[in-house]
Amino acid sequence: MTGAARPGPSASPTPLVEVHDLVVMRGARAVLAVEELGVSEGETLSVVGPNGAGKSTLLLALASLIRPQSGRLLLRGTPVERRDELAYRRRVGLVLADPLLLGASVFANVACGLRFRGVRDDEVRTRVAHWLDRLGIGHLRDRPARQISSGEAQRVSLARALVLEPDLLLLDEPFASVDAVTRAKLLDDLEGLLDETHVGCVIVTHDLDEAVRLGDRMAVLVEGRLRQCDAPERVLSAPLDEDVAAFVGAETRLPGRVVSTHEGIALVDVGPCQIEAVSDVRPGRAVLCCLRPEDVTLWSVDGRGLLAGEVARRLSGTPRTSAAAAPPRLASSARNQLPGRVSRTVSQGSLMRVGVDCGIPLVASITRASAADMDLQEGGRVIATFKASAVHLIPLTG
Amino acid sequence: MDTLIADAAQALQSFVGSDLVEVTLLSLEVSGLATAISLLIGLPLGTWLALTRFRSRGLTLSFVNTGMALPPVVVGLFVASMLWRSGPLGGLDLIYTPAAMVIAEVIIAAPIVVGLTVAALGQLDPRLRLQLLGLGASRLQMVWWLWKEARLPLLAALMAAFGSVISEVGAAMMVGGNIRHQTRVLTTSIVLETGKGEFAAAIGLGIVLLALAFLVNAALTWAQQRGQQR
Repeated sequence: MTGAARPGPSASPTPLVEVHDLVVMRGARAVLAVEELGVSEGETLSVVGPNGAGKSTLLLALASLIRPQSGRLLLRGTPVERRDELAYRRRVGLVLADPLLLGASVFANVACGLRFRGVRDDEVRTRVAHWLDRLGIGHLRDRPARQISSGEAQRVSLARALVLEPDLLLLDEPFASVDAVTRAKLLDDLEGLLDETHVGCVIVTHDLDEAVRLGDRMAVLVEGRLRQCDAPERVLSAPLDEDVAAFVGAETRLPGRVVSTHEGIALVDVGPCQIEAVSDVRPGRAVLCCLRPEDVTLWSVDGRGLLAGEVARRLSGTPRTSAAAAPPRLASSARNQLPGRVSRTVSQGSLMRVGVDCGIPLVASITRASAADMDLQEGGRVIATFKASAVHLIPLTG
Repeated sequence: MDTLIADAAQALQSFVGSDLVEVTLLSLEVSGLATAISLLIGLPLGTWLALTRFRSRGLTLSFVNTGMALPPVVVGLFVASMLWRSGPLGGLDLIYTPAAMVIAEVIIAAPIVVGLTVAALGQLDPRLRLQLLGLGASRLQMVWWLWKEARLPLLAALMAAFGSVISEVGAAMMVGGNIRHQTRVLTTSIVLETGKGEFAAAIGLGIVLLALAFLVNAALTWAQQRGQQR
């Protein structure tokens, strides 16, 4: 075992809302099967996963808006029965990806949940005004909701849920329909609001950055199953299986077998070469070596720079895959140093993703400035280095 | 042509003194009541059909859509055969009364309201229901807000229903009998005057009927336009 937490009960003894043995079928197929998942008071749980993983279905089940084939929904430890559904839904605020505003004024939209609850007119006015101001859309109060921008509309949708002062806020991809700039601003505001109101929150998103930033815990759904639920940093650094690893951005994933362990460092044979990893997996075990691209450093061999010429000279004459002659090593704390050639480069804004063929395929993420400094060319020789602690081993069954 | 219109005006004037007001009011009364009852039946039924998924839903919708094209004269024949003295409901003594006309016209208008209500609610984003429920709406509150959201096409359903019954003649004639001071309405009067060769009076009545339909629809359109601006 790697010691990583299994999906299981959340930290708090009685979660605010939890589901047990939840199964949602569509036809003969179980689109969602979650043994146990809960969110505590004041906690933000982000739910991530690829498209079609069942994220939105989970959210609707938490909102008591779909009837699962089986499973229990509990509010503060008490099961929500059929007759309690309306009362339960009135403790929840739902925000969908599309704001779906009503053909009425912004005010009427934000007020509608309070109207459902029969709140008095003067109180409706005060609370709506407060939340419109809080979300910076007070000036839109009397505007027809259909005539405002998509970013403003999503703010109205958020205000419409928050004005209810719900116990649990359910957000389904709330920023999917807005542009990047608006999204950044909304994300800032939402983060502040969640801290301030201390409302329990479940946010479904396919954006990993959003999930890591907002979530106290992060649940990863793949194909309707809860694969991992843990602090976001733990999920990123220690994914429990290959699908989770792929989803959280461990782009290099190599199957191998542990050859030996020494002082907490495992030596893993991945075929053409061996990789060192900080791990207590016992020798003989089949493992998957996961490596994030930002943890890989590239050293130019052919290009300009201090070491380049020297390394090139020492590398020439040393066959890459020769087991007899050890390849030259950089004087570096990075335990893994693999010579290879650049196989492809892809621009991604200010970053560049570089594929390196070291006998094994590696992916590195470097800045465009570094690529320019190194005079990085496809086919050019490089040495890829990464620390043993950057490699995460997932034990494979069988 | 000029003389025809002048004649029509003159004929109408002689009509005014006697029956025009009575006939027009009965037209409005029967059509208005039939439309209102159709709405009471059709709106809930259409809403249920629009929001519920069941096995024979497609078949049911086909029946409703066929119902929207029911020939009034066939409806008239059916209702008359039910209400005739010797018919199964003959004991009610309704044949040749305004009530019989309302019954026939409800059968004509209700499928229109059902069909157009299904269409109106079908245009709404299905996730809107989830959103309303997710904000704490009860089932009834959800339906009420969906109606508000679909108010423009629902008004169109109302206009279509009223339009179909105010202009309908076959059923009114068969179950009403065009009895003076009792069941004579604008459309049956037009048939009668035409039959008598009184084309001028018939045309005059036609103009009144058109004006009536125009006024009611103008009022509803005005309401619709106002709704659109919100």
